[in-house]
Amino acid sequence: MTATDLPMPGLALVPRTDEKQSAKDFKTDQEVRWCPGCGDYAILAAVQGFLPELGLRKENIVFVSGIGCSSRFPYYMNTYGMHSIHGRAPAIATGLALTRPDLSVWVVTGDGDALSIGGNHLIHALRRNVNLKILLFNNRIYGLTKGQYSPTSETGKITKSTPLGSLDHSFNPVSLALGAEASFVARTMDSDRKHLTEVLRRAAAHEGTALVEIMQNCNIFNDGAWEPLKDSETSDDRMIRLADGQPVVFGKDGSKAVVRGEAGHIVVADTSEVDPAEIIVFDSHADDPGLAFALSRLADIHSLENTAVGVFRDVQRPAYDRLVREQVASVQAQGEGDLQSLLRGKDTWTVS
Amino acid sequence: MSTDAKAVVPLGHVVIRFAGDSGDGMQLTGDRFTSETAGLGNDLSTLPDFPAEIRAPAGTLPGVSAFQLHFADHDIMTPGDRPDVLVAMNPAALKANLKDLRAGCTLIVNTDEFTKRNLEKVDYASNPLEDGTLDSYDVQAIGLTSMTVEALSGFDITKKDAERAKNMFALGLLCWLYSRPTQGTIDFLKAKFAKKPEILAANIAAFEAGWSFGETTESFAVRYEVKPAPMRAGLYRNITGNPALAYGLIAASQQSGLPLFLGSYPITPASDILHELSKHKNFGVVTFQAEDEIAGIGAALGAAYGGALGVTTTSGPGIALKSETIGLAVSLELPLIVVDVQRGGPSTGLPTKTEQADLLQAMFGRNGEAPVPIVAPRSPGDCFDAAFEAARIAITYRTPVLLLSDGYLANGSEPWAVPDAASLPAIDPGFATEPNHDGEFWPYLRDSETLARPWAVPGTPGLEHRIGGLEKADGSGNISYDPDNHDHMVRLRQAKVEAIARSIGPLEVDDPSGEARVLVLGWGSTYGPIGAACRAVRAEGGNVAQAHLRHLNPFPANTAEVLRAYDRVIIPEMNLGQLALLIRGRFLVDAISYNQVRGMPFTSEELASTITDVIESL
Ligand code: SF4
Repeated sequence: MTATDLPMPGLALVPRTDEKQSAKDFKTDQEVRWCPGCGDYAILAAVQGFLPELGLRKENIVFVSGIGCSSRFPYYMNTYGMHSIHGRAPAIATGLALTRPDLSVWVVTGDGDALSIGGNHLIHALRRNVNLKILLFNNRIYGLTKGQYSPTSETGKITKSTPLGSLDHSFNPVSLALGAEASFVARTMDSDRKHLTEVLRRAAAHEGTALVEIMQNCNIFNDGAWEPLKDSETSDDRMIRLADGQPVVFGKDGSKAVVRGEAGHIVVADTSEVDPAEIIVFDSHADDPGLAFALSRLADIHSLENTAVGVFRDVQRPAYDRLVREQVASVQAQGEGDLQSLLRGKDTWTVS
Repeated sequence: MSTDAKAVVPLGHVVIRFAGDSGDGMQLTGDRFTSETAGLGNDLSTLPDFPAEIRAPAGTLPGVSAFQLHFADHDIMTPGDRPDVLVAMNPAALKANLKDLRAGCTLIVNTDEFTKRNLEKVDYASNPLEDGTLDSYDVQAIGLTSMTVEALSGFDITKKDAERAKNMFALGLLCWLYSRPTQGTIDFLKAKFAKKPEILAANIAAFEAGWSFGETTESFAVRYEVKPAPMRAGLYRNITGNPALAYGLIAASQQSGLPLFLGSYPITPASDILHELSKHKNFGVVTFQAEDEIAGIGAALGAAYGGALGVTTTSGPGIALKSETIGLAVSLELPLIVVDVQRGGPSTGLPTKTEQADLLQAMFGRNGEAPVPIVAPRSPGDCFDAAFEAARIAITYRTPVLLLSDGYLANGSEPWAVPDAASLPAIDPGFATEPNHDGEFWPYLRDSETLARPWAVPGTPGLEHRIGGLEKADGSGNISYDPDNHDHMVRLRQAKVEAIARSIGPLEVDDPSGEARVLVLGWGSTYGPIGAACRAVRAEGGNVAQAHLRHLNPFPANTAEVLRAYDRVIIPEMNLGQLALLIRGRFLVDAISYNQVRGMPFTSEELASTITDVIESL
C-alpha cells in the first residue's frame, strides 16, 4: 500500500502536484557531512525515497530542526527548511503550522535535543496536537559534542562526562510521549527501510502531532547501541513488531506472547504455555493508551529485550491548529474587524 | 442629581490619589473617575500603583493599592509628583502614602477602618486621626463604610456586599467635590452588574449617597471645578499603554497585509497585551499562549518564517529567556517584534513597578555580534505609534526589533487623539517570488538600499532554501566557516541596522528660548517628567532644551550634531545610566547621568532642581 491509498487528513490542506517526483528531487547540492556509516544516512534516504509518493508540492514541505547531528537534516532536503536552536524546533514549528495549514511541517530532532534541552516543548507540542510530524533520531548519546551520555543512555554508561558510569535514570521516548497525551506515537529503526517507510506513511497521514522515535546508530560514539535489535541472530527474540488486530507474539516462530499477568499488568509468556485467547490483541486506535504504554514499558533498557516497534498509538483528536483556525473563522464570520472603529473604541469626546 | 447651592471654586489642576486595600476596588474607582474626567475634556495623566500580590493580607502595608490621577485645564505631562487630595480607605493606605503629602492638602479618611486592630497591623501606636499626626492637613474624617451600609439598609444584600460598595460612595463624593458628570459611571455599573440587579441598585445607591453627602454635609464648604483643557480639535479617547501597543500591532498587520501572530507567556505587566490581542480575532489575529517564554518567541519566529507578523511580549526575566531566539532571528534575518514591558529588576525584582533598566540588555544581551534595532514609546498613547514603527522596521529590514515599553506606560493613561486609520502608511512586505541569481534563489542577496535580504516564504515555488543559525555565505546563504566571510557578515548585519537611520526622522529639540546651553536628553516614559521639569525650570527663568529619543538603535543621524550644540547634556533615566553609557561611548560626550530607580515614574521637582544647578554651574 502506498500513502496515496490512505486517507491523509494530516495533509488535507497541503497542495498536491501532478508532476512525477523522485527521491532525487528532494536532494540538495549540499555535501552531506555526517560521519561515514552514520545511521542518519539511511533515514535521509528513506525520507527522500518516501516523500514522492505523497505527491505534495515540494515548496509546501518544511523541515525544522534543532541542534545536533540529526538536526543538519534540513540542509540536505530540497524543500523549505530551518536549522534552528537547541531544543526549540517544536516551538518554532508550532508557530509555523498554526499560521500555515497549507504546509506539511516536519521536525527533525535527537534524543538530547528533544528530551533534554527541549523536553518542555516536546511534551507541550504532543499535548496540544499541532499538525507536526516529529522524527526523533535516538542514538542514546550526544554526537555533535563528542560523546557525552544523553537522556536515553542506559544507567551506568561510561562516557567522557561519566568516566565512572552515568547515574541518570533514562527516558523511554515512547512512554514519555504517551504520558504527554500524544495522539500518534511510533518507534522504528534506521536500518529497516521498509518498516521506517511504513511508519512515516502513517505519521504523514495523521492529523495532529506524530512522534516517531527512530532508533539510530551513531557509529562513532555509541556504535552498536541497537545491535541486539538489528542482528538477525538476536533481533527476533527481542523485538516485538506491533500490528493492528494481531495477537502480540514474537520470537522465533512466535514462541513468545504478551498476556495479562495476574495483577492486571502485561507479561511475556511462552506461547506454548498460554491459552491463545489470552494473548493480547493489539489495537493502535484504542482510546485508552494504557496497553500501548504497558507495551512500551516491556523493553529492558540494557539488554533491549522485549522492545516493541511499530505504531503504538494512532487516535483521532482535533488538531490544535485546526481548532485555532475554526475559532478565528467563527469570529470573522460575524464580521471582520474595522480598524477605525477599533481605534475609536466606546468612549470618545470631540474637541472642536 | 440635584444641583447644589455651594460655591464653586475654579482650579487649574488637581492630583488625586485613591488608596486602599487591594480588595477595596481602588483601581476601579480611579478608572471611573478618569473616564468622567476624560469626558469633560480635561487633560489628564494617570498612575495605577498596585502590589504584586493579588490579595496581600487585608489591612497591611503590602496590600495597599493606589491610583493617582492628575487632571487640568491645560496640557500636563505627568501623573503628578504629589497628591493634592488623598483618599485613604484604611490606616495602611494612610501610612503608606502620608510621606508624599504636602502640608495643607486634603485627606479624606475612612474612619470606620481606624480600629485598634487595624492600627496595630501597621504599627500605629495611637490613632493618627486623634494624636495630632495629621494636624497640618485638611482632614475630612468620614465613616465611609458605615454611611454606605446605612444608605443601603433597605436593600436585600449581605452586609459584606453593602460594605463593598463603599468605593462607590467615595467615588460619588469625589465626583461631587470636583463637579464630575455621573451618567458614565451609572452606565458602567449597569453593564457590569447587568445580571445582578440587586447589587447594581445598591452600587448606584451608594454612588448617589456619596454625592448627596457632599452636597449636604457641612464639612465641605465649597466644591471645585476644573475646566476643559484647550486641545487640538479632533476626536479623543482615553487610553493606557498596553492596549495602545496592541492596536499599533493590529494596525501594522492591516497596513502590511501580514496576519498578526502573538506567541506569549503570561507575565506582569505585559500580559494585558496578550489579553487585548486575544479579543481581536475578527482581525484574523492568532494569539498563542505558549508553554514558556522561549516557546512564545519561538512560535512567533516560526510564524514569521511563514510570512506572518510575528510578535512576542514579555517583561523582566522573560526577556532574558528570549535572548537565544532573538539571536537566531538576527541570523535568519526575519521580521520579529519583541515587546519588553520593562519592570523593576534584577531577577523577579518588582513585577508591578516600572523601570527602564533593560536598555543595555536590548542593545547587547546576546552572544556574538547581534545588533537589534530598538524603539521606545514615550507616553501611553505613543505606544501605538512606536509599535507601528517597530513593525515597519522589522518588515522592511527583515530583522527582530525590540520595543521597550515599561510598567508605567503599560498601565498609565492619557487622552489620545484617535488616529485616522485611512491615513496610516502602508508597509510593503515585498515577498520574493522569483529567482534572483542566475535562475537560482539566493536567500542572502541584499537590497542595495536597505541591505535587507529577500523574504521568500514556504509555499513559493522554485525558491526552496534552507536557513539556520550557522554562519552563512554572503549571498548564497550556504553554511560557511570561512574567516573572511564571517568578518564580512558580522559587518553587514551591523551595517544593515545602521542603515535604518536613513529612514527615521532627525532628533528634534525643544528649546523655546533658543538660548539654552543645557540639553536634557531622555528616552521612553521619562518624557513627561523631563518635560514637566524643563517647564518648571523655564518658568523660573532658566533656559533649557529637551530632546527625546524614540530610536535607541540606531540613533537618529543628527544625534552627534545635537549633542555637540550644548555645553552640558543631562541624561535622566530610571536606571543607573544606561543611555548615558551609550552616549558617552558613541559620541564622546561627557553627559551627566541623573538617576531615580524607585520603581515609580520620575518626580519632576528633584530633576528640575538638578537642571537648575547645572545651568547655574555654567
Ligand atoms: S557523531 Fe554519530 S550521530 Fe553524529 S554524524 Fe557521526 S555517527 Fe552520526
